[in-house]
Amino acid sequence: MKKYTLLACAAAFAVAGCSTTGGDGLASASTKDWTAPVGKDGNAPFPSTYTPYPGRPTALIGATVYDGRGGRIDNGTVLFRDGKVVAVGDASLATEGYDRIDGSGKFVTPGVIDIHSHLGDYPTPSVQAHSDGNEATSPMTPEVWAEHSVWPQDPGFTRALANGGVTSLQILPGSANLTGGRSVTLKNVSARTVQGMKFPGAPYGMKMACGENPKRVYGGKGRTPSTRMGNFAVNRQMWLDAEAYDGKKRDLGKETLKGVLDGEILVHNHCYRADEMALVMDMAKEMGYKVTAFHHAVEAYKIGDLLRENDVCSAIWADWYGFKMEAYDGILENAALLRQADACVVIHSDDENGIQRLNQEAAKAQAAGHRLGIDIPDAEVVGWFTYNAAKAMGIAEMTGSLEAGKMADVVLWNGDPLSVYSRPEKVWVDGALMFDAMDRKRRPVSDFELGQPGEGDVK
Amino acid sequence: MKALATLLASAAIAVAAPAAAQSFVVTNATVASGDGSEPIESGYVVVENGKVSAIGSGTPASNLPAIDANGAWVTPGIFATLTSLGLWDVGAVSESNDTRAGGAPFSAALDVAPVINPSSQHILVHRASGITRAATVTLPSSSIFGGQGAVIDLGADPDAVTQARAFQVVALGEYGGRIAGGSRVATHTLLRAALREASANRAATSADIRSDEVLLTRFDAAALAPVVRGEQPLYVYVERASDIRSTLALKREFPRLDLVLVGASEGWLVAREIAAAGVPVIADGLDDLPANFEELAATQSNIGRMVKAGVKVALNAAAMENPRNLNQYAGNLVALTRMPGADGLSWGQAFAAITSVPASISGMGGQAGVLAPGAMGDLVIWDGDPLQVGSMPVKVFIDGVEQPLDNHQSRLKERYRDLDESDLPKGYDW
Repeated sequence: MKKYTLLACAAAFAVAGCSTTGGDGLASASTKDWTAPVGKDGNAPFPSTYTPYPGRPTALIGATVYDGRGGRIDNGTVLFRDGKVVAVGDASLATEGYDRIDGSGKFVTPGVIDIHSHLGDYPTPSVQAHSDGNEATSPMTPEVWAEHSVWPQDPGFTRALANGGVTSLQILPGSANLTGGRSVTLKNVSARTVQGMKFPGAPYGMKMACGENPKRVYGGKGRTPSTRMGNFAVNRQMWLDAEAYDGKKRDLGKETLKGVLDGEILVHNHCYRADEMALVMDMAKEMGYKVTAFHHAVEAYKIGDLLRENDVCSAIWADWYGFKMEAYDGILENAALLRQADACVVIHSDDENGIQRLNQEAAKAQAAGHRLGIDIPDAEVVGWFTYNAAKAMGIAEMTGSLEAGKMADVVLWNGDPLSVYSRPEKVWVDGALMFDAMDRKRRPVSDFELGQPGEGDVK
Repeated sequence: MKALATLLASAAIAVAAPAAAQSFVVTNATVASGDGSEPIESGYVVVENGKVSAIGSGTPASNLPAIDANGAWVTPGIFATLTSLGLWDVGAVSESNDTRAGGAPFSAALDVAPVINPSSQHILVHRASGITRAATVTLPSSSIFGGQGAVIDLGADPDAVTQARAFQVVALGEYGGRIAGGSRVATHTLLRAALREASANRAATSADIRSDEVLLTRFDAAALAPVVRGEQPLYVYVERASDIRSTLALKREFPRLDLVLVGASEGWLVAREIAAAGVPVIADGLDDLPANFEELAATQSNIGRMVKAGVKVALNAAAMENPRNLNQYAGNLVALTRMPGADGLSWGQAFAAITSVPASISGMGGQAGVLAPGAMGDLVIWDGDPLQVGSMPVKVFIDGVEQPLDNHQSRLKERYRDLDESDLPKGYDW
């Protein structure tokens, strides 16, 4: 008996934060003479060892293509080779030298990207020995890195690939802490080590959380913060202390905070309530950093204008509501109202099951908008779980859309990806076929599942 | 969307006084009866005095007020099992949440019927999502017995309870083991002791049994007596194949038990045994992860495989974020029919798994979750295929009474349709 929460709660600890892209214009002058330390070999520590797997030059022809940036091509052609998209166009594109895959009646999108996942940090089986997502021992733990908790054998990665078409995902620490630590962005490839999954060149994120969780966790321990005003006091003092850090004596937490102040690390801020998001944006202005995205922003629709003006994305569910006080005003129209305000929408999961259906969540949000008279084209909705996620994770130059020169992260769906009746048929990561519904051997099985009931089943 | 516009315009039915059952006919509809069959094109449904009196294809001979569905889908209301609808407002606000009673001295005797709140926003929200009836129950927490659940309707009236004390729940497996004292072994001993005590309930009231020999209060033992007699179904929360077998084996000791399995993520491994036992299952729809060691074989094909083996399976609303996602989950099971190696459900089977089958398991067979003569007038007119993500009801009837579809969420949506505060703050926009 697992999730018999009977509507009553979502695991508060599993809920994470938010951040913002870029950092343009807000870099703190005081940090100019500081450079983030690197390892003795001159590299950043724990460098990615991921390299693309071999692929065949491939031409997907005849399918409806959504490029992730709002473009739609009927009877389109997508060419990729050597791990990169070569060209995207109509049926007139020449396909000599490519393996041709007939996509008639099918759809092609960029690989799905989840900006908010705890796979690996809260893997299944969800036993206490696997609970590695919250360093809930201090309200500020900018020194911890999510990648040091990731268990690459989490079977959830394989389900996200096979059922969700997920090719990249950001793993965040949980939301017990005001400042939870660094996130890590992964390519969704089976690997023996987390380094083997690390997205090469992806910027770090830093998880922050406002609202109920930090004050409950630390108030419950009889220490600050125990209120929302305590949350802000602790946060502001943290930033003031970080600004003075000169790097002469290494401090892992301050290195992360400096990275944020320098605009190199993106802030992903778990925050539900509209009024609280507005306060956080003001705090960011005061302290000289930028929020890239508010995650779980269930009330974002109340401040679409503010979010647009501050260039902050909202990473949201389609329909979660009511499980905690700050989720009481969640509505299905959140995404559509944000879009009406020209604010950035990302659909996220924060859930090992939801990550398998981000496309369906986006479709629900689209339909709610339609009923309100806000018609959002399918091609744009696809961007909510591809390009917009990549943008808010700082990897849009490399993936998130089907454009020449980008990573060939591609999903061939057996029908309209915004329909409940469709599923990924094939998924390529950097041009390598990593899932194929038609070939049971193109389906990863984690170490944990070997020899267990159901090994290699369709799942 | 044309169908929708027509429907909204045909407001004749809506003017009838609330709480009065109406008589009307819905014509020109895509009718899904909920009984497992495929939808009927150009169909009709006749509702008289709060009950369905006829369904069919073509045009009915009737003088009743007509709603032209203009091709839209018409279905029975969705039947959600198992839920906590009516038992809470905010999950994490414990004062508002009556789903658990960990400190209670009672267990099996707990009865949700007197505390169902028909004004709960969750009831309003789920009514607007097409759920018209639900089975609601508390979670086992002070004991492996969770208490007695009720079948409720989601109507906008004070009488929510359709059937009180409709079933009893018990947790076996990992969760039950933790409650019972730390292991599955304890659950089985406790369960047997309790059922024997219940079957000898007369003794529990007599003075010759010392209180320290009695595991249950008299009220709890009395509450379990109808379970032992097979007069009240016993819903057993269980996931692992071996635990399912042990549950089925209970009938050797307590032959009259009316068992229902809940969860059953590894049910497909023992599907033939479940079918042979004639035990229905309320199964978690899309579980495909080894969420714990009792679900190592979880797969989305679980339900398809059990149904193929002849098991009666309903989708478990408790396994999803919101019961209103029942139709999404059912749609996903249809999607599996197109995946090599996977086992899914036909559209009709999938829709039955959220309508007639849960109603039947809940003791409402032929009355709820189905459009058939004599059934309750619970029907929904949809703006699209009801299993498709994003489809929502245009009209909802419960017992033939058209229901209001507004709620806290719809009011917020209207308030924030624009962000204009040039005249007055948003607080005046209502």
